[in-house]
Amino acid sequence: MSDTPLIPPRRFFRRSGVRLCLRYLAAAVITTIFLFPVYWLFIISFKTPDEIFHFPPVWYPKSLQFSNYYVLFKDGDALTVWNSLVLAGVSTAIAMVLGTLAAYSLVRFKTGGENLAMWIISQRMMPPIAIVFPVFLLYVYLHWVDTYIGLILLYTAFSLPYVIWMMRGYIEDIPIELEESAFVDGLTRWQTFWKVVFPMARSGLFATSVFTFVFAWNEFLFALVLTKTDVVTYTVQVTHYFGGQSNFWAKIAAMSVLGTIPVFFTVAAMQRFLVRGISMGAVKG
Amino acid sequence: MADLKITALHKHYGGVHAVRGIDLEIAKGEFAVLVGPSGCGKSTLLRTIAGLEDADAGTVEIGGAVVNHVRPRDRDIAMVFQNYALYPYLNVYENIAFGLRARKTPEPEIKTRVGRAAEMLAITPLLQRLPRELSGGQRQRVAIGRAIVRNPRIFLFDEPLSNLDAQLRDEMRGEIKRLHQDIGTTMVYVTHDQIEAMTLADRIVLMRDGRIEQQGTPLDLFERPQTKFVAGFLGSPQMNFIPARMIGRPAAALELAGGPTLAWPGSRDAEAAAAMGKDVILGVRPEHIQRGTASLPGPGTARHRASIELVQPTGSRTYITFSLAGKPVVAEVAAHDAQRAGEQIDLDIDLNRAVLIDPATGVVLGSCSLPTVAPLT
Repeated sequence: MSDTPLIPPRRFFRRSGVRLCLRYLAAAVITTIFLFPVYWLFIISFKTPDEIFHFPPVWYPKSLQFSNYYVLFKDGDALTVWNSLVLAGVSTAIAMVLGTLAAYSLVRFKTGGENLAMWIISQRMMPPIAIVFPVFLLYVYLHWVDTYIGLILLYTAFSLPYVIWMMRGYIEDIPIELEESAFVDGLTRWQTFWKVVFPMARSGLFATSVFTFVFAWNEFLFALVLTKTDVVTYTVQVTHYFGGQSNFWAKIAAMSVLGTIPVFFTVAAMQRFLVRGISMGAVKG
Repeated sequence: MADLKITALHKHYGGVHAVRGIDLEIAKGEFAVLVGPSGCGKSTLLRTIAGLEDADAGTVEIGGAVVNHVRPRDRDIAMVFQNYALYPYLNVYENIAFGLRARKTPEPEIKTRVGRAAEMLAITPLLQRLPRELSGGQRQRVAIGRAIVRNPRIFLFDEPLSNLDAQLRDEMRGEIKRLHQDIGTTMVYVTHDQIEAMTLADRIVLMRDGRIEQQGTPLDLFERPQTKFVAGFLGSPQMNFIPARMIGRPAAALELAGGPTLAWPGSRDAEAAAAMGKDVILGVRPEHIQRGTASLPGPGTARHRASIELVQPTGSRTYITFSLAGKPVVAEVAAHDAQRAGEQIDLDIDLNRAVLIDPATGVVLGSCSLPTVAPLT
């Protein structure tokens, strides 16, 4: 009885083959839906104005127009991507260092008791627009409008609760015996942090830093209010191409592509850790 | 001089007084096992020795120096944890070498010492593997390897075999004992498993509610328990406890509550005198109740005809349960001495090796008059 398969082999394979085809088909449709806008953005950045507005649509241009990018670099607009990179990169780095140390303190030293962690994450629940005006006045007073330091500090402050909350979960997952074993083996608390906690929380650290970076990268509201000329970010710069008379679609697309590249490479480089880090968090809750 | 000396040690966790004035001396090369039920303070005591917890009062001395304010890394100890505490991102070699690297040991020496430890623990073929690629027993070997490679003054083991299955636990127990025989380093071992304590220890320190209940060689504790708690904790199946009263008509005898009266051996007059006319608890180990095959029971042995209620064969021995004075009592008899429940058999209760316990204090009466057995060396 136990030797008889529940489903005859041929029927089983036929069924599983059909199922596999349907799966691939569904995957292809979903991938197309998600990737087409990216493709369209990318291809518009290489089109002439005629091709952009042509009907029926031009699916791929006859020749690639690099002039859209050339103009961005010639006018110095591309520098806004650099500004975004500096603001997002530096604020992420500071938030990750401070946030991870704070999370370690919350977990291992029970700093602030049971409620401090909840209080910290509650800071994230405030709608940013509620404080735009006070922050603007404060920054005018401090002469921090249109400076790197101003936006870096602001982005760090916004990211810290998220980083602390996420890293707290990852650090809680690390068995304390690993650290105690390291103490007995001869490491100091700091050495243990770098040689045990850091590698153990690496996936979570990278996953959190990607999300923090992307948040700062996409930030628009404060960048719009607190910048004028020197540290305009690419998200604000793109809006300059929407005119009252006409929209410069090719420049919008080219600028958007430039703005996508750093995020694309960041996520691609961290993908391994990102998946593991997110799934770790998912299991832990 | 004691390798490890603990004096009047106290430790609180919030409102819980986990360790309550422990005094303990462990000699160089001794294998001491701290044993007791969950929450008795044994792990807290070990962690305080390691420096992972601060003592609230009292002192810990290692090699004659007070180490209360010395960091764990500077106490010259190594510790093996229950969950192995291996670094999952390092291979076996790097895990074992971790402590040596932390102390900036030269690379050639690391190689030699890791190689020697791996050979001793038969894990040389595993050196390039990651911990997740190892079985539980292999992981525990690596954890022990990480401890021995540093050649510390004292080894601390915190329930190292608890996560292993029964067969592997037996095997590793033997290996730890052999390791101690080979290297002769002082070892302090925490467990809640009385078999581990009995088989491994030179000296058992039995703890209860943050205090030392009794300490001594395994057989000393097993055969001369000073309290009901010790008598009940060591031994499997547990010692049987039967309420009784010592009477003297015409000779000393134990009148079991609502049950038979058993003649008390004349060789143990001192206990009879101490208990005369009082309620006591009779403590008899299961192996001291045997099937009565001779026509008359031996001296100091009381015969009781019982109806077997439960038969549990283990292969080599058989546990039977019967009622005595309304209490279920377990006897450990020869494998074929009992076949099935409902059978009526004669059982000889060896009162020469029984204990009498004061029900009010839980203290064993005159236990020092029991025959002495040479301690383990």
